Amino acid sequence: MFDYAPAPESRDLVKFQESYGHFIGGKFTKPSNTYGTINPATEQTLAQISHGTAKDVDAAVKAARSAYEKTWSKLDGATRGKYLYRIARIIQERSRELAVAETLNNGKPIKETRDADIPLAASWFFYYAGWADKLDYAGLGANPMAHGVAAQVVPWNFPLMMLAWKIAPALAAGNTVVLKPAETTPLSALLFAEICQQAELPEGVVNIVTGFGDTGAALIDHGDINKVAFTGSTNVGRIIAKQIAGTNKKATLELGGKAANIVFEDAALDQAVEGIVNGIFFNQGHVCCAGSRLLVQESVQDVLIKKLKARMENIRLGDPMDKNTDIGAINSKAQLTKIDRLVKQGVKEGGERWAPACAMPKNGFWFAPTIITGVAPTNTVAREEIFGPVLSVMTFRTPAEAVAKANNSQYGLSAGVWTEKGSRILKMADQLNAGVVWANTYNQFDPASPFGGFKESGYGREGGRHGLLSYLKGSN
Amino acid sequence: MAAIDPEAIVGSRITNQSLSRWLHSLPGVDKVGLEAKALSLSTRSIKTTSKAWALDMAIKMMDLTTLEGADTKERVRSLCLKAATPDPMDLTTPQPAAICVYGDMVAHAKEALGKNKIYVAAVATAFPSGRASLQVKLADTRDAVKAGADEIDMVIDRGAFLSGNYLEVYKQIVAVKEVCQRKNGNHAHLKVILETGELETYDNIRRASYLAMLAGADFIKTSTGKVSVNATLPITMLMLQAVKDWYDQTKIQIGVKPAGGIRTSKDAIKYLVVVKETAGEKWLTPKYFRFGASSLLNDVLMQRQKLTTGNYSGRDYVSVD
Repeated sequence: MFDYAPAPESRDLVKFQESYGHFIGGKFTKPSNTYGTINPATEQTLAQISHGTAKDVDAAVKAARSAYEKTWSKLDGATRGKYLYRIARIIQERSRELAVAETLNNGKPIKETRDADIPLAASWFFYYAGWADKLDYAGLGANPMAHGVAAQVVPWNFPLMMLAWKIAPALAAGNTVVLKPAETTPLSALLFAEICQQAELPEGVVNIVTGFGDTGAALIDHGDINKVAFTGSTNVGRIIAKQIAGTNKKATLELGGKAANIVFEDAALDQAVEGIVNGIFFNQGHVCCAGSRLLVQESVQDVLIKKLKARMENIRLGDPMDKNTDIGAINSKAQLTKIDRLVKQGVKEGGERWAPACAMPKNGFWFAPTIITGVAPTNTVAREEIFGPVLSVMTFRTPAEAVAKANNSQYGLSAGVWTEKGSRILKMADQLNAGVVWANTYNQFDPASPFGGFKESGYGREGGRHGLLSYLKGSN
Repeated sequence: MAAIDPEAIVGSRITNQSLSRWLHSLPGVDKVGLEAKALSLSTRSIKTTSKAWALDMAIKMMDLTTLEGADTKERVRSLCLKAATPDPMDLTTPQPAAICVYGDMVAHAKEALGKNKIYVAAVATAFPSGRASLQVKLADTRDAVKAGADEIDMVIDRGAFLSGNYLEVYKQIVAVKEVCQRKNGNHAHLKVILETGELETYDNIRRASYLAMLAGADFIKTSTGKVSVNATLPITMLMLQAVKDWYDQTKIQIGVKPAGGIRTSKDAIKYLVVVKETAGEKWLTPKYFRFGASSLLNDVLMQRQKLTTGNYSGRDYVSVD
């Protein structure tokens, strides 16, 4: 038997402080009102984090406003770009440390933080650093202007990468920011605060306030912010849209999804199986654009499901710090409970549940990679976003039926199409109501490519020139 | 081993048309996806006990090869001695599966190996180009089998394959397989070399794999080692997927042999990971997976010494052949 011996990444690559304050005006405040943040794979506490109040938020917004008026808006684009390049390079230099930190606090495998999260975070800063002195070509005419202070709230599924998606274009466009990381995953954002100090970024350009939903609400509510950027659940997105209605605050919301991954009978089946696995089991399925609904053409259903199950037998679930782990821990107990509830509901409504045999670690939060077959379009697991490693399988017979079923969702973030026929790819991409359509691949991200959704998946785009426009307005 | 019924598998009498229809009905291969998957598997981290297991298995799976125009009886004998005792400083070192030589060296190799349980494989059928009449190819094979070859590594007619003459390729493999049969009822194991570097596309490689399996190959092998592109990880993964699917369909297990260009332990371990995670544990045996290699053995021996003694000995502590 060829078992892989443990190959753990070194825990010592990162040292957390015992407790953290907020990062306001270039300095860390004294920790107060703290709560413990844990490693979801072991449930051990990693550090004490400050739960931000409206007062903390106010101090952060004031620091951002002052930095905007006194320094950041006065700098020329090339100088702003210089700081962004510097940040990008420091992220690369400290990539192993950041990967370990992210894995410890989030529960995702080190393979993913090492090969996806951290390199993508760096690439976002590199990309937008290049834009900083070329804003005249963004499409708004000469001398476009920043909004001012941007309030940014990011989720726990890709903590540092989402931070990069938000902060890089904001700073390139000349805004200053106050960012709130998710309550369960604040550590990489706090390490990023150290990186801002290391890069000698002017004080107050980036401020980080940690805390819970009330901290985020206080930030969105603050009277002196000009722009809101949020990635997270559709429910919270709705609350935010109501909160800012009637104000002058601009908003981009990147919310939930229930993407269809559509496999036609002429697809390259082995690679489609890989794409399905990557689409739903990457990052434990904690991905807003996860391909959580598999739509497979009836004529290849049996062979595809057989291959998919065989492939899933090879998925390695376990210690996220092990370099050979494919699926790590679910980020929180609350999320695990939610996944469990939805899967049980789906089975009750007629779905058939299957998961490969895998040994679950004793501590921490875990959910085996699961597929549910025989799912009717009315089944809860075909409609609600599960945000976990759970794939709902449905079938179709004709391209028109595939489109109808794929579009029959309250969401419209992403979709996948698998076929060897090029013309069909173009036709499908044209008809699918999704912000991103991947053809013969899935979950590919690039800073030059805009990302965002339709319907309840939110509005506005991140990435590329479109992402830059979210942080700019035409000159007066 | 159950015999296959090619007509039942193809679903018709074997003609060029029916073969063509059958081969072209196989699912396509997406190049980008295949290569990405191979790259992703090559990042597996194989340490300590797993590494020791893998290094030993790599040796056991090796077809230690010399296929030079300049080969001599002495050189083949030296290679055989090396196979019999790969590391004189560590007698626990396993022996490779086979010695792979040209047909005229088979008798010398058999003699040099004596009672060692190491097979002799012979390349045949106008290796490496395969450009000769069928009579010549069969005579070449017959010679090697008569000289005692346990395994025959034949090449397919790539010219015929690329021009769509699948029936010709099929017939030649069937004919060579017949010649592999011995009077005592045994047969020399037949490895069919697809020369993937000349087939170029992954779709072609999948089709050629199926054609060879249909015609009765015991092994499908990537390359002769004599063209510019030899074994690669994605190609081997594709062929492993083919033998796995074939087994699921027919219950007949076919082996895979990547050959050419695999020189380091690190590479060999990547291949073993791909075997495990594509075809499965059933293929992790010399019976169903081989490495066609010459310089690989010395690198594995050095890594093995490093693992057992803690010290890296260097090139002068392993023999050059």
